[in-house]
Amino acid sequence: MSRKKLYLLLLVGLMLLAPVLMPAFKTQLAMLMLMITFALTWDIMGGQMGYNSFGNIVFFGTGMYVTAVIQRDLFFTAEEYESLAGSLNIINGTDYLTGLFLGLGVSVVVCVILAAILGAGILKLRGHYFAICTLGLGIAAAEIAAGIDYIGAGSGLVPPTFPHEDLGDRGYFFYYYFLTLAAATFTVLSWLYKGQFGLAINAIRDDEDKAEAMGIHTTRYKTLAWCISAFFLALAGGALGNMVGFIDPTEVAFAGATFGVWMVLMAILGGKGTIWGPVIGATVFHIMQELFWTYLFGWQRVALGILVISIVVFFPEGIMGFIRDRWPELLGHKVDLKSSKKGSTP
Amino acid sequence: MTTPLLQVTGVSKAFGGVVANNDISLEVPEGRIIGLIGPNGSGKTTLFNSIVGFHPIDSGSISFCGDDISKKQVPEIARLGLLRTFQQTRVYGLMTCMDNMRISVPHVNEGLREMLARHRDEVAERAEELLEFVGLYSKRHLMAGDLSFGQQKLLEFAMALMNEPRLLLLDEPTAGINPTLINGLIDRLQRANETLGVTLLVIEHNMRVIMNLAEHIYCLAHGEMLADGTPSDLQNDQRVIDAYLGAH
Repeated sequence: MSRKKLYLLLLVGLMLLAPVLMPAFKTQLAMLMLMITFALTWDIMGGQMGYNSFGNIVFFGTGMYVTAVIQRDLFFTAEEYESLAGSLNIINGTDYLTGLFLGLGVSVVVCVILAAILGAGILKLRGHYFAICTLGLGIAAAEIAAGIDYIGAGSGLVPPTFPHEDLGDRGYFFYYYFLTLAAATFTVLSWLYKGQFGLAINAIRDDEDKAEAMGIHTTRYKTLAWCISAFFLALAGGALGNMVGFIDPTEVAFAGATFGVWMVLMAILGGKGTIWGPVIGATVFHIMQELFWTYLFGWQRVALGILVISIVVFFPEGIMGFIRDRWPELLGHKVDLKSSKKGSTP
Repeated sequence: MTTPLLQVTGVSKAFGGVVANNDISLEVPEGRIIGLIGPNGSGKTTLFNSIVGFHPIDSGSISFCGDDISKKQVPEIARLGLLRTFQQTRVYGLMTCMDNMRISVPHVNEGLREMLARHRDEVAERAEELLEFVGLYSKRHLMAGDLSFGQQKLLEFAMALMNEPRLLLLDEPTAGINPTLINGLIDRLQRANETLGVTLLVIEHNMRVIMNLAEHIYCLAHGEMLADGTPSDLQNDQRVIDAYLGAH
């Protein structure tokens, strides 16, 4: 146990120092933390609960838009802002942080409520029907966002420029933000999975009819699971809009074809239904993807496709699933032949 | 005269043209063990499904502790303390036996705080006691899906007890269980009834088991209530014998 804690401490130390050691990769590292958050939040429903959701991107995009709109409307009118858009230093550090964190807070509330409303409507669907319905949600959200003039419609929205004179390097700022978010997601989820919530959603995954017959509040747990995903995705989206500096409805906010698919792939690659699986999967996936883009440019999507196929064929249970099957004792699965609490052996 | 724990009055259920249950009435008084027998396809499991709210009934009424439950949903009824086990066992296959037990705690008055909380140590202790009670203590860290069919039946029974039901409907508890273990199971069912105060309604095909276990037995045939009485009444009832062996 203490050795496990030591490794964990080392990992945390390494992550804290990473951008200082590799300053050229700050943005890539921040993206890695975002990917880990994506995979972890997808795995709540997709892995632990057995509900494949392709619609989680909705909360990410909604969080992004809500945060940016609050940042804008707190200090400007829409017309004022449009004439200023793109120009630097339109906002000082204090105002920027106020807008950002107020925006994040509001987007969390909005996304959790949205998840509860959507969940009440579609979480009665099971299996493929749920998956297809959520796929529709993601596509619809992008189309709706592209049609609302107030948030820039199809031409997108630009969040206020990061005031680097007051707040220093934006790369560091966002790296540490996303590191905190990924770490918080990991900590909260690993805590929740060990309690009633984790057991209940696992039970729903294994046999939902049995769970109902045992009196588990299945609808409540399912909705809660989605709300928890929405909570962290809102925080991720709100900040990513600011990091990227431009919110496009289909390419950045509701990017179902990239982020939306990747979050599923990363969780499956690492091993869905485990806490470390999504972390490992996101890391491997992100590094591979960066390597493909650097060394196989022009063929990067083909390489990514081959990677995806290899994952599904050779590691259907993911990296963690593979380890669990080969070396179960590494993951704490133990066999104890005592036949009673008093300790008599058979 | 006290109200029985479970009262089924004139329940009918048809699937398309097939009448699975026709005007069935039975009652289960508190604290007893009641049997339900009948040839295959006589409507026993359909009646169980109707009682626990798995499907709506066509007519009649079902009341539990004096309250009408015929319009309630499965989880609501389960939380009132009326639980069933399945003929084809149902356990959470990818979870360990202990986790299967820990999630089977009663879910009454479960608010947001309870949903997000960790379990108290008493829950694990109780789970271990009950696993020992059914003889699965040594398997407690194994995945439930890796257990044999018979062991899964025992686990399902232990999970049901963990839920502290007032009435437990058991659908063929001894099917698929090694004959030498059946006596042990009968003993456990009786102890659950006596010491834990769980009322039992048992579907069973093994006549030796049900005759030893139940104080009162109902016999269904072709979706109708054929006869009811004490075990010896039914053993001597020509209609019951005909239903099982085929009338000449």
